[in-house]
Amino acid sequence: MSVTISIEHAIKKYGNLTVIPDLSVKIANGEFFTLLGPSGCGKTTLLRMIAGFNSIEGGSFRFNDKEINNVEPGKRGIGMVFQNYAIFPNLTVRKNVEFGLKYRNMPKDQMRQEADKFMKLVHVDDYADRMPEQLSGGQQQRIALARALVIEPDVLLMDEPLSNLDAKLRVEMRTIIKRIQHEVGITTVYVTHDQEEAMAISDRIAVMKDGVIHHCGKPENIYQRPADVFVATFIGKTNLITGQMSEEKGQACITVCGSYRLPFHTIRPDAVGHKEVTLSIRPEEFKVWRAGETAEGLKAIVRDSVFLGPNTHYFAQLESGEEVEIIQESEIDSIIQPGSSIVLTINAGKVNVFDKETSLSLMTGVKNSVELPEVGI
Amino acid sequence: MSTQKARFDIWSVVSLCLLALFLFFLVYPIGRLLIEAVYTDGIFSLDAFQEFFSKSYYYVSIFNSVKIALVVTVFSLLIGIPFSYFYSFYRLKGRKVLLILCLLCTMSAPFIGAYAWILLLGNSGLITKFIASLGLPTVSIYGFGGIVFVQVLKLFPLIVIYMNGAFRDIDNSLLEAAESMGCKGLDRFQRVTMALTMPTILAGALLVFMRSFADFGTPALIGRGYSTFPVLIYNQFLGENGSNYHFAAATSVIAVVVTAVIFIIQKVATSHFKFTINSLHPIDPKKPQGVGGFLMHGFCYVLVGVAMLPQLYIVNMSFRNYNNTILQPGYSLKNYQKAMQKLLTRSISNTLLISVITLAIIVVIAVLIAYLVVRRSNVLNHTIDTISMLPYIMPGAVIGISLILAFSRKPLAFTGTIGIMVIALAIRRMPFTSRSATAAMMKIPISIEEAALSLGAPRLSAFVKITVPMMGSGIISGAVLSFVSIITEMSSGVILYNNRTITLTLSTYAAIVNGTYGVAAVFATITMALTVLCLIVYLHFTDLDNVRM
Repeated sequence: MSVTISIEHAIKKYGNLTVIPDLSVKIANGEFFTLLGPSGCGKTTLLRMIAGFNSIEGGSFRFNDKEINNVEPGKRGIGMVFQNYAIFPNLTVRKNVEFGLKYRNMPKDQMRQEADKFMKLVHVDDYADRMPEQLSGGQQQRIALARALVIEPDVLLMDEPLSNLDAKLRVEMRTIIKRIQHEVGITTVYVTHDQEEAMAISDRIAVMKDGVIHHCGKPENIYQRPADVFVATFIGKTNLITGQMSEEKGQACITVCGSYRLPFHTIRPDAVGHKEVTLSIRPEEFKVWRAGETAEGLKAIVRDSVFLGPNTHYFAQLESGEEVEIIQESEIDSIIQPGSSIVLTINAGKVNVFDKETSLSLMTGVKNSVELPEVGI
Repeated sequence: MSTQKARFDIWSVVSLCLLALFLFFLVYPIGRLLIEAVYTDGIFSLDAFQEFFSKSYYYVSIFNSVKIALVVTVFSLLIGIPFSYFYSFYRLKGRKVLLILCLLCTMSAPFIGAYAWILLLGNSGLITKFIASLGLPTVSIYGFGGIVFVQVLKLFPLIVIYMNGAFRDIDNSLLEAAESMGCKGLDRFQRVTMALTMPTILAGALLVFMRSFADFGTPALIGRGYSTFPVLIYNQFLGENGSNYHFAAATSVIAVVVTAVIFIIQKVATSHFKFTINSLHPIDPKKPQGVGGFLMHGFCYVLVGVAMLPQLYIVNMSFRNYNNTILQPGYSLKNYQKAMQKLLTRSISNTLLISVITLAIIVVIAVLIAYLVVRRSNVLNHTIDTISMLPYIMPGAVIGISLILAFSRKPLAFTGTIGIMVIALAIRRMPFTSRSATAAMMKIPISIEEAALSLGAPRLSAFVKITVPMMGSGIISGAVLSFVSIITEMSSGVILYNNRTITLTLSTYAAIVNGTYGVAAVFATITMALTVLCLIVYLHFTDLDNVRM
């Protein structure tokens, strides 16, 4: 039976150091929820509070309506997958998978059946009687997954499960994890610092920094309409450029580099006004023109170019001195040489604008909520 | 990590039980020792200390002990470091055999070497007679020189074992980097190799000092008036006018102060060398060549040969015909028959019984302490850990006296039982076993245990089913070493034993003192056979390159 997780006003302290000051979030039944953030942001700490390996200094953690603050980890109904797999090296694959069942008074035959079922699910049934040291990292991680799922937990917790695997295997494994989670339909909390992995795998993501959730929402919304400057820079690459917002007949206009002025239709009506803003422009949101091809735009000089097959990256310096990175689809024999003058135009529909003072988003369409998602998953 | 609001679970109970055990069997005896030292007839008085420092016979014995221990430490380093260097940096012929023999030397009972050297270099020893027959001046094994000689041969392998570990941890790139900057040869050995191994050198030196300082058997047998403090304590205890506990206690306190000072000096010195090496490219031993290679082989083989000589000679002597101390021609099993009459079976069964019980106790306690220190780091558990380390600076004789003082009166009358021998040995070995268990514990990632807990295993069952098996080989090899030291233990036992609780080493000592040399050789041979057996078991569980003491 899968559950809804509600965390209200959670506090975590190590001695005098407060790691999580006040965190609330609700995770829906059957949802694949990811805690994403740089190292030290408190994501693993939060996961371990849910698991019961870290003490809870304040707030309440509930699975459905049951508070679990003081329940032993083994009695919370969790299945956990660890960063280093934590496969028992002294037990065979089968014994590893059966380990948790032994504490559930299950008859031997049924135990075997259950273990077989889950070993098959993760495709390790061929290695049932091997010792873990004979298996690869990917196989060990799948055993860990089977071991966590076989006890039919209410919640599956995964702590950076793919970070010890090589890049190719990581991509493979995240598909497998996503598929199995979907098949089993279990509420899952997943921790990672890899934003691409988080996007690929999650129903919803909470982007954390310093123990605070900065943005909680669907992957595409977090990427396209980040709630603040931190989220914009942490998810994907972006260029931050200072601009000046002004109002013309109720319509927002932003001037960049003194001369390039363009209207914005995506600013929240209540946010329109005269103020300094920060524009977050992703490298692919620029369009490059050779000098003379267009009059309106940001003048820049190419400093360096990197050819990466389908795309070419340019590093350019604006007139204001700010450095920007640009990604363009590669064309035949048309790499712009360093030193060339170019003009950049901006796709204003996609660009995000933040208040320079508060670094919060001024855009419409930001969906940031720690409450349960409106539509069922 | 500061965990929980001190959540009370099964491990809190374990902590409290351990604390109670240590308070009762270690802290309480030490307390009794201190009280005995400063009270005369119920009145506080420092008269024993006054007397100690007023008679040269007394204070010289401490001075002698320190002098011997220091000289032994220096010589052990001078011999052990080159030996280990040759072993680690060159592919010597038969290097495994060399190391195994080294291990055997240091594992053998402490005074067997001394006894054998009496047979070889004593007044009527084999070599003495041979030299005399050539008309050359003979050397004496008795006194200061002899004690140092015997102890160095017994203790230098400890340095070798420590240094092998340190040399293996050196990253070859560091040496290559030094060479690329023009630092070569002896200069490099001094500035890079030695500097990198300094913490280990200091650790090894401390261990050798403590062993030498506390050794009772060697000075007792070949001291011949060169008084050392363990012998002094023993004599106070077995004085002609009855036991002088008061004075023995005061002497013990002084001895512990000395070892504590040495311990602190060593810790301070070590704190200057705090660094960790991440060894990605271990040293690749070279093939020794030319004259240098010949000399290296010569050095190592002669050294091990001399160190092994007494062991082999003892075995030989156990089959020789003796009339008390007088050697008779011919070989037979007469000594073994005599030994049978002299409590041989009782000694063996006592030895095995005591060792097995002690081992079981210390392994369980050491594993629990390791767990508490590594996983439940709090004030209480660190206190337990610190208390368990106290015996490291307490010579065996001091532990013996403390236990007698604490447990010879009703209702705690354990003296004269197997029980008190077990307690003494468990206390003696605790620091070493708990260190090796802690090291093994540190290597186990905490997530393994959390995995077990998250799957519903109760705490104790996660520990027994997962953690302990993973510590497995580390615990076993540590335990075998402890087993050997328990079998060959002497200095605390000699104060605590009686006819019923006599062990192999004590029987050997008694036989030597009684002048039945052949019988002594039998006891020594059997002790050695047990040691060899343990060494074989040990090597079964431990890779020769990972030997740690």
